Amino acid sequence: MTALRPHAEEFYAEELAALAADDDRPRPPGWRLSPQAVVTYLLGDGGKITPKYVGSRRLMEVAVATLATDRALLLLGVPGTAKTWVSEHLAAAISGDSTLLVQGTAGTPEEAIRYGWNYARLLAEGPSPAALVPSPVLRAMETGAIARVEELTRVPSDVQDALITILSEKTLPVPELNTEVQAQRGFNVIATANDRDRGVNELSSALRRRFNTVVLPVPATFDEEIDIVTRRVAQLGRSLDLPETTTALDEIRRVVTVFRELRDGQTDDARTKLKSPTGTMSTAEAISVVTNGMALAAHFGDGVLRAGDVASGIVGAVIKDPVSDRVVWREYLETVVRERPGWADFYRAARDA
Amino acid sequence: MPERYYGIRHHGPGSARAVLRALEEQRPDILLVEGPPEADDLIAWAADDRLQPPVALLGYAADNPRRAAFWPFAVFSPEWQAIKWAVANGVPVRFFDLPFAHRLTSRKPTTNDHTPAEVPTLDSPAGREPAAPEAKPDRAGGDGSETNGPGGPAADSDPDGLDDDGPMPGPPAPELRPVDPIGELAAAAGYDDPERWWEDVVEHRQAPAFEAIEEAMTEVRAGALEDPYDLVREAHMRTVLRQVRRTHNEIAVVCGAWHVPALRAKVTAAHDAALLKGGKRRGKVRFTWVPWTYGRLASWQGYGAGVDSPGWYHHLFTTTDEVVPRWLVGAAGVLRDEGVDTSPAHVIEATRLAEALATMRGRPLAGLAEVTDASGAVLCEGDDLRLQLIGRKLVVGERLGEVPEGVPTVPLARDLEARQRAARLKPSALDRALDLDLRKDTDLARSHLLHQLRCLDVPWGEPEERRGSTGTFREEWALRWQPEFSIRLVEASGYGTTVVGAATAQVSAAAAKATTLAEVTALLETCLLADLPLARPAVLRALDARAAEDADVTHLMAAIPALARTVRYGDVRRSDVAAVAAVVKGLLARVYAALPPAASGLSDEAAAGLRDHIDAVHTAVALLGDDAERTRWLDTLTALTTRDDLHGLLAGRLTRLLHDAGRLSTRDAGLRLGRALTAGVPAATGAAWVEGFLAGGGLLLMHDDSLLSLVDDWLAAIPADAFTEVLPLLRRTFGTFATGERRGIGERVAGGGATRTATAVLDHDTAALSLPTLSALLGRRIE
Repeated sequence: MTALRPHAEEFYAEELAALAADDDRPRPPGWRLSPQAVVTYLLGDGGKITPKYVGSRRLMEVAVATLATDRALLLLGVPGTAKTWVSEHLAAAISGDSTLLVQGTAGTPEEAIRYGWNYARLLAEGPSPAALVPSPVLRAMETGAIARVEELTRVPSDVQDALITILSEKTLPVPELNTEVQAQRGFNVIATANDRDRGVNELSSALRRRFNTVVLPVPATFDEEIDIVTRRVAQLGRSLDLPETTTALDEIRRVVTVFRELRDGQTDDARTKLKSPTGTMSTAEAISVVTNGMALAAHFGDGVLRAGDVASGIVGAVIKDPVSDRVVWREYLETVVRERPGWADFYRAARDA
Repeated sequence: MPERYYGIRHHGPGSARAVLRALEEQRPDILLVEGPPEADDLIAWAADDRLQPPVALLGYAADNPRRAAFWPFAVFSPEWQAIKWAVANGVPVRFFDLPFAHRLTSRKPTTNDHTPAEVPTLDSPAGREPAAPEAKPDRAGGDGSETNGPGGPAADSDPDGLDDDGPMPGPPAPELRPVDPIGELAAAAGYDDPERWWEDVVEHRQAPAFEAIEEAMTEVRAGALEDPYDLVREAHMRTVLRQVRRTHNEIAVVCGAWHVPALRAKVTAAHDAALLKGGKRRGKVRFTWVPWTYGRLASWQGYGAGVDSPGWYHHLFTTTDEVVPRWLVGAAGVLRDEGVDTSPAHVIEATRLAEALATMRGRPLAGLAEVTDASGAVLCEGDDLRLQLIGRKLVVGERLGEVPEGVPTVPLARDLEARQRAARLKPSALDRALDLDLRKDTDLARSHLLHQLRCLDVPWGEPEERRGSTGTFREEWALRWQPEFSIRLVEASGYGTTVVGAATAQVSAAAAKATTLAEVTALLETCLLADLPLARPAVLRALDARAAEDADVTHLMAAIPALARTVRYGDVRRSDVAAVAAVVKGLLARVYAALPPAASGLSDEAAAGLRDHIDAVHTAVALLGDDAERTRWLDTLTALTTRDDLHGLLAGRLTRLLHDAGRLSTRDAGLRLGRALTAGVPAATGAAWVEGFLAGGGLLLMHDDSLLSLVDDWLAAIPADAFTEVLPLLRRTFGTFATGERRGIGERVAGGGATRTATAVLDHDTAALSLPTLSALLGRRIE
């Protein structure tokens, strides 16, 4: 494979096949796996099946049960909480196809959700099914697969509402051809949305009502987050072919500690309250800080991840607003980092960064 | 079968139903319930419909109400249902656990060394509700222990939370505790959560097999360590059983499932007597019914018998069909009451999701976990706040029990009576003035008591404004006892069994809820006034937390001076103030970080406000007498002065402060003064600068030679043509000085240093104002 990033169903084809082979529980119509097997695929089984999502089993069960009850699923969360990641793997596990994707932007047209026309053909032959260009959602309906809509709240409200009929009636009328496309069993929609940004298009309550909402939280515990960061950093490092660096677990712990403390607004020992910066301080950012630090260490340093390599990355992640965040960061450095035993090198590096 | 044992799970609705069914069938002629035998007399109250659960039996030592324990009952508690059934059917009921008095005395030796810990621990049963999160680390051990279930509900079936310590703050986690039996059973069945196992195996099946559970318990107990205290209790239970067997035939026993195997065991009376011999000493104990709440039933930290979801259990117990839809309809109702649109379609989808989840998780029926997940995903649309609302209103519930009049009084009231006697202060319905001299011990104790009562919303005494001649050691009160205070005492008894304990809990709770720094600072003062050292850690934590959240640096700065004064001078009440010093330092650290950004872009009023705060903090830092802090503070100020965008008033003021502190040489200060009044600086800024620099008025210029010469030299150095430009600015500042001051300055400048004595301008009007004070000080009249 030369693709920079293979699709989930290709990358994990073996795991999916193994799960399907052992799966003797009832499968909802149109599903490749039983709901239980889908949950196992996401969370891993401690052996052959690697965990894709590290976190609450209950959340994943709710997500899968939602899809099994034929309700659309809305994954909500701050940036960097693996919303897209989960939706891709859900689609891969349930319908074996994670490519039926609509990327929501402020410019997403209605054609991206319903259908468009091949105008050359339309002009030459007049309206006909052959001139119709189906959207990913329409194709999912026809094949009984999962369609994914990314960043639903960025899509203009009038376009969002095109989903209402699809979700409630499970059908898409094509008035131009005086016909309709009925969704096959197994069709469903997974949408992701970011609840942090302002200025987005809130879902109308009619649409909102058709989704079950699962909020993906930031990692619950320190160890869980360390686990996520080291796992992803190792994967990324491999796929980017970074030169080998000594992945200093200590440095990763430090990054995760800083991120967690600032995000939670208090120190891990719960003794000191802190202000939180305006950024989200997500795990995804922590991962990129560490990856970035490793690249620095590998290409410009001595191959060992040190405080200096991650410090500037952290400062960049924390200070999103040049005024208020700088105060937050300075206060954090002076009240927490400065006095923490063993953090002197980090304190110096961060102050200079 | 002449006697039957119903091994129940305390506060288990399924157990409660099963017990009721079994009692109907067995129709015993006596009922034995796990619980304190001293409370037998109170059982009769159960017949009174005005006694509405949740209620608790509150037991306390007559001579020391701090030694107290609660036995709560909810409507779904099997013990409560069994008692209600027995009372309604005229069947005699006896509590047959070890007497509470026995427990008080038998454990005494081991707890004496812990007496200092007693107050916080013992007062917490109620106080813990508000204070729980913070209190957890140091209280976990003692806490659970004093809140016994009806017969230590669950305490026994869950021996690790246990009641067995009684009200004593025993050492946490004694090594002899048996492991959690329910946990072991649940683990054996493949459940990670024991609660869910109970729900699935017992609560959700209409017929719990008492025999099967007994069998399982026998297995668990065989492999578990025995708590010696459990053995004593069980010996007592068996002894009572033997007596009862002589007089009654059909016996029903309702107790924690944990005890059943031990009760059935064949043990001789002599063996039990030997076990019981050690603790025959009996103290006097009193019992009463007190109202309880579901909130408190759920929030006992570290108490094994506490249930997380009393509201859900209430629902399970009172609802017979369509449990899940009814619950979700209720949840939708809660949301609608809060103005959140929730349609029946939501409820339908939530019900479907809950059922799908139950199927997926292989459970016979959707349980609390499923309905909560479904409510979260559908009804609340992922909004955590709404889910918490449902949690608070529905899962925990807000039900408050009721206790009829005539039930014996609460320990808080008794404690207050004792304190009143000790302080020789009698409640009276008539107004009465009280003048206290805080240097006397009795008066200090009275002041503490009155302040503590005010914390409990029992304003028996209202502080009076001090009249002119009194010093800080005087305090004046107007006393008036009003009848409704008794009711407030009963309410407050939820916070603790003594006035000190309840006030501590109350203040801690208020500190946790306080949203502004000013509120917390006021609470800190209350701690000192009411002598509540144990509330201080919570308040200081809250202070620290609010300080971290407060983005307005002026709030932080406003809090510092009073605290610094406390640190420096202590107070007349002999309070310990070491911890306050640490908080002041924390506040200062935040001020150092936040002051620079806060000092830019200020309006004139804001700059004046900030200047006052800087002055106050400057004085406070000097008061602390900590050189390191002083250096850091001056560093911060120095860094500030280098900024160009600083408001003139502040720039002038800071230059002055740094000059006075020796950070700036007179020459540098002069340079800056000159620079501020040059053509490049807008006139208004220059004027503000001079105003800031000379703040304190003309009087200082009159008496501070170096300052005067600084201004004088600078003035003299201004070239003649530039002087006309500067003049208006100077007038603006000097024009605000009083006439006498201006004249004084003029004379000083005109006469030079030599005329110093002659410059003493006597302002007779002002001087006359000080005469009364002087007269008072010297003790004789001065005209």
